[in-house]
Amino acid sequence: MTSSPTTPASHVLEQPTGPYGTRLLQGWFTTGGAADLDEHLNRYGPPPLSRATGRGSVAPVIRAVEDAGLTGRGGAAFPTGRKLRTVAEGRGPAVVIANGMESEPASHKDETLLDLAPHLVLDGAALAAVAVGAEAVHLCLPRTRHHQIRALGEAVEHRRQRRLDPVPVHVHGLPHYYVSSEETSLVRWLNGGDARPSATPPRPFEKGVDRRPTLVDNVETLAHLALIARYGPAWFRGAGRPDAPGTTLVTLSGAVRTPGVYEVPMGLPLGEMLGTAGGSSQPLGAVLLGGFFGSWLPTDQVMSVPFTKNDLAALGAGPGAGVLVVLPRSACGLAETARVLAYLAANSARQCGPCRFGLPAVAEDFAALARGQADADLSHRLERRVGLLAGRGACRHPDGASRLAATALRAFADDVRHHLLSGPCAAAGGEPVLPVPDASVPQDHEWR
Amino acid sequence: MAVIGVSGHSLRIDRIECGGHGVCAELLPELIELDEWGYPILRDTHVTAELLGHARRAVAACPVLAMRLDRVVRQKSGRT
Amino acid sequence: MTGIVQLAASGPSPLWYATRAGGTVALLLLTATVALGIAVGGRYEPRRGARFEIGALHRNLSVLTLVFLALHIVTAIADTFVNLGWLVAVVPFAASYRTFWLGLGTVAFDLMLAVAATSAVRLRLGQRRWKAVHWLGYAAWPVALFHAAGTGTDTRLSVQLALYAGCVAVVVAAVWWRLYRAGPGRLAARLWAGVAAAVVPVVLAMFLNWGPTQSGWAQRADGTGSASATSAASTFDNGRSVA
Repeated sequence: MTSSPTTPASHVLEQPTGPYGTRLLQGWFTTGGAADLDEHLNRYGPPPLSRATGRGSVAPVIRAVEDAGLTGRGGAAFPTGRKLRTVAEGRGPAVVIANGMESEPASHKDETLLDLAPHLVLDGAALAAVAVGAEAVHLCLPRTRHHQIRALGEAVEHRRQRRLDPVPVHVHGLPHYYVSSEETSLVRWLNGGDARPSATPPRPFEKGVDRRPTLVDNVETLAHLALIARYGPAWFRGAGRPDAPGTTLVTLSGAVRTPGVYEVPMGLPLGEMLGTAGGSSQPLGAVLLGGFFGSWLPTDQVMSVPFTKNDLAALGAGPGAGVLVVLPRSACGLAETARVLAYLAANSARQCGPCRFGLPAVAEDFAALARGQADADLSHRLERRVGLLAGRGACRHPDGASRLAATALRAFADDVRHHLLSGPCAAAGGEPVLPVPDASVPQDHEWR
Repeated sequence: MAVIGVSGHSLRIDRIECGGHGVCAELLPELIELDEWGYPILRDTHVTAELLGHARRAVAACPVLAMRLDRVVRQKSGRT
Repeated sequence: MTGIVQLAASGPSPLWYATRAGGTVALLLLTATVALGIAVGGRYEPRRGARFEIGALHRNLSVLTLVFLALHIVTAIADTFVNLGWLVAVVPFAASYRTFWLGLGTVAFDLMLAVAATSAVRLRLGQRRWKAVHWLGYAAWPVALFHAAGTGTDTRLSVQLALYAGCVAVVVAAVWWRLYRAGPGRLAARLWAGVAAAVVPVVLAMFLNWGPTQSGWAQRADGTGSASATSAASTFDNGRSVA
């Protein structure tokens, strides 16, 4: 693992930055195991809750997060400080949701973080709860991760015994479909409904759980918040770039030597990022940046691009939840995309027109294209249908699928021509690269 | 150009409520067309004064009340 | 309609004939409104064109129903031969004349008023609340039908019976059409709709056979009313129902 050197600055802890510039994963790099509460308290001390109380004005921790320039690590990269401030200014008691759903199959960073440093996340949730005036914290986890739900339940209980958390923390296991991690899905499920997205406005920060202002933050974002509260914005900005400060967790997979979850400084060029995972193991074809909602980019275009929202936006991509999948040249990008689209179509909430009809139709077209069974009109039809997905759903599911399909058609334009004219390439039937789960359609009761 | 406050109306569709009945496209073809499955494609959310009456009628005629007409005061620069 | 014309020529009061004609036309219009609502409700495949027109037709028919209902009610109350107060128009089972059967009419009218009032303010009410009330329309139709059959002076006419049969056939056909288009899903709701559509005609046929088409129904119709029915009303009635 490599990273740019960071300034060791500390007034509480000797070394708030661990080996390879790690912060969130420092404990793991130091001890090689998950941090229990004793070890966590030895390393970091209790959460500095006094800095989270504003006494009528904005809490110091909110100002610190704003100064630190922390952005959401769940995919949208929204400024966390602004969200905190908005919820804090909302009427009445608030609610905090820690989003550990990680429904993106190519991402493992939230699961890893919750395994290795659960108390950093819980510290962040407690600090955020005090800062926004919340009366409860809900930690949302996939129902399928039994071990993690149990482990976090125990961690919360240990904290309760030590009276570390100022508000009750509830650990929930939710249905684990692709759209279940959307913030309105969490709110709707916690309010007794389906874990499916709702129409906005109102957004959760206006009216969320029990109609209260609700802060929904990714668990990694909360863990960063816990460190910023302790070590301050200047320390946080010691890693990354001025316009994209701090470190971030990324999941690197595909044709790399040592796939896994890594902590890297923001702004690291993608080529160097692949270097942290041991570099490429085969000749490269393209990279999928941002996961199943992400963008396919030709490898040669992206290796020198820094991992920041702005730099990636110039390529029509985004950091997403820090997912980078490297496709070897030997694989068929169209077949990979077709499988992902089939999964996204099956995992939609089937609430809006584009997800009930448009997305399944696009997935079918793509499957025909990948199989080399395209009819004469497919190219035009696919382009039109892909173009009509974005912006026409209650949530961003159709937008994400549209981006994936559109960038695939662009990045694999040669393959598209080949598949249209002379049938599927040799790689189309080969071993799949992307980890695509079963694409069965959930029953109505399974959303509860 | 100077930035002026322009008040107007903007059209919003609740995509979950929308059942693709298609009444809106019959009454407001200037702003709404239908995709191949009958679901609305909103060309522009901004409703001009000339279309306001038609937009109101379309909102009221939606069988599932999936459309909203919001009053907006938007900061708009002189060029459109 | 020739039967009605003949009756009009021989009857004592034009108001009474207006009441009966108004009621019959209102029932036909209500049937058309409900059947149209059932047939085009829901959304099962993309539909191009005429959506708005059908919606407008449904609404206009319902308004026309209320107009004829108003005629039906106003003439019935204004007619001095049967002593009905204005309260009878909205308070069910308050009439002394054929308390139960006339009360059904009041119930149906109240239900229709609720449906009409909520539809007028639908935008403010919101879809869910509006729809909850709108479902009452399904209840109003059979209640109105039994009111017509039970109170209706003309029920024994074969023309009138044919009209009732036609009304039932149209609504049942509309329900079947809707169920046919609905496809899978919501099995319980579809089952209930099918059962209800089958039960209404059967019960109506049994009722007609047992009651209004038999001699002496006029007296029995009053007898089935609540305690508020007075014997004075029945004496009025005898003269009426022989027509």
